Amino acid sequence: MQKLLNWVDERFPLTASYKAHLSEYYAPKNFNFWYFFGSLALLVLVIQIVSGIFLTMHYKPDADLAFASVEYIMRDVEYGWLIRYIHSTGASMFFVVVYLHMFRGLIYGSYRQPRELIWIFGVIIYLVLMGEAFMGYLLPWGQMSYWGAQVIINLFAAVPFIGEDLSIWIRGDYVIGDATLNRFFAFHVIALPLVLLGLVAAHLVALHEVGSNNPDGVEIKKLKGEDGHPLDGIPFHPYYTVKDILGVVVFLMVFAAIVFFAPEMGGYFLEYNNFVPADSLKTPEHIAPVWYFTPYYAILRAVPPILGSQFPGVALMGVAVLIFFALPWLDKSPVKSVRYRGPKFKIALTLFVISFIGLGVLGILPATELYTWIARVLSVVYFAFFLLMPWYTRNDTYKPVPERVTDK
Amino acid sequence: MSEMSVESVDPGKRRFLVTMSSAVGGIAVLGAAIPFVVSMTPSARARAAGAPVEVDLSKIEPGMQLAVEWRGKPVWVVNRTPEMLELLKKNEDSLIDPASDNSAQQPDYCKNPTRAINPRYLVVVGICTHLGCSPSYRPELAPADLGANWTGGWFCPCHGSRFDLAARVYSGSPAPTNLVIPPHKYLSETKVLIGEDQTA
Repeated sequence: MQKLLNWVDERFPLTASYKAHLSEYYAPKNFNFWYFFGSLALLVLVIQIVSGIFLTMHYKPDADLAFASVEYIMRDVEYGWLIRYIHSTGASMFFVVVYLHMFRGLIYGSYRQPRELIWIFGVIIYLVLMGEAFMGYLLPWGQMSYWGAQVIINLFAAVPFIGEDLSIWIRGDYVIGDATLNRFFAFHVIALPLVLLGLVAAHLVALHEVGSNNPDGVEIKKLKGEDGHPLDGIPFHPYYTVKDILGVVVFLMVFAAIVFFAPEMGGYFLEYNNFVPADSLKTPEHIAPVWYFTPYYAILRAVPPILGSQFPGVALMGVAVLIFFALPWLDKSPVKSVRYRGPKFKIALTLFVISFIGLGVLGILPATELYTWIARVLSVVYFAFFLLMPWYTRNDTYKPVPERVTDK
Repeated sequence: MSEMSVESVDPGKRRFLVTMSSAVGGIAVLGAAIPFVVSMTPSARARAAGAPVEVDLSKIEPGMQLAVEWRGKPVWVVNRTPEMLELLKKNEDSLIDPASDNSAQQPDYCKNPTRAINPRYLVVVGICTHLGCSPSYRPELAPADLGANWTGGWFCPCHGSRFDLAARVYSGSPAPTNLVIPPHKYLSETKVLIGEDQTA
């Protein structure tokens, strides 16, 4: 066995990679609950790829056949219902896990120097994931698939001057039709997953280059023992592989409970209108995107048209997502972790979480005058969190950061 | 190393060659991308499917709406009664663009108070200018859900945009502009062709 390993190692850095990324990758010893979600996101990615491969064996990306082929998967394909529910639950759980993962970065300052690139790769992953989810949602060719895509593609038509041509280019037709379904299938199944895998690799390579942050926001590489390893670091394997396996077990229990007992999640994971085939002449009474897009949808609806153009709302929605890129440079605080930050940041963060969840709820509800006004207020709060950050992080009071990580 | 004399390397020439080959390679990549990008525009078949549609107006009862499909979009033809046309004048103050000044929303021959060639028949694309939903036809006067001032028109169920019977948008709606009047022309008194412009 050892001889075989030597033979491989002389030709491929197998042992070296195993050491660099697992058995001798030193991670801070004080990881807590919030550190489950990175590895869980990786798990969901694998679940989506595997379940997706098996769905493509039965699905037909054709406007005349798509809806029926999904019903065929649900009724006639052996265990087709299970595979499809795993894939649809996985889509929503991907966003649950990613939002919690991003929140972890927010509270512990994981986006701060020297981890800006990890954060930037992460935000790009989030953007690609949104594209992947949006294109995947068209494939069942139900009413919500069709009209949801109609609304989103029309966002591009609002771009001044080139908008109309741009939206026709995206659709490949004057309306959403077979051409659109076919290309969305290609993007969903081949193009974006490949991009996603590349980005995940870059995200991890950058992480393993600078080392993980931790709940105290202390750089463990500053204090090294005689063996050259960080005093507060422990090898990722076996310590964190075992910890992550615990997270995986609990996560899969929740996942299975949803798949078997509430795959539609009351219309939030799979919308009821999507059980009606797409009809280009009849709009459903109430169009709402799937829950993970609703905060941005609420921001879009909160902006009234200006000078006869939809574009300001569309632009603001885009900025609401892209502003995450600027976070490492907006935060001027001398400490990373929320544990040593003052009241101003804590209040700002609380308001931000309230605005994000509040906008998410409003994006599901129909737009009445009252709700639109609440959405406007919450949109202002959402942007204020980012735009006022240089000011309130500079003027906050801070607690002294310890030399070494704490055991809490 | 010792055999290669330092003098034999010309850094300027080397930089020039690297820059030029990168530039030429970049242009080649851009050129190669063109067929792929253009392949995503509507195909010849999709363009052909955008052919004009003929509608027989005599089949539409007064006050009724007929929906036909043109380029995959719903196009409505409404037979407006004289009472309906009379009511159009009543709401001009509460409309965003009562005189149809936004020339992108109709051909020039429909820039008139009724937004039609023949005032009796309105031909309009049934897609909300907000985010592309299809509004519902609500010709009745003052229904409970739309309020006492409703004089007939369209109501978009998605985000609540309101349009009058000339498909003009009311102020305060999320939709920024009036509904689009497609190019169309009369072949005879009772036949209209949607998708081709009226020539003078």
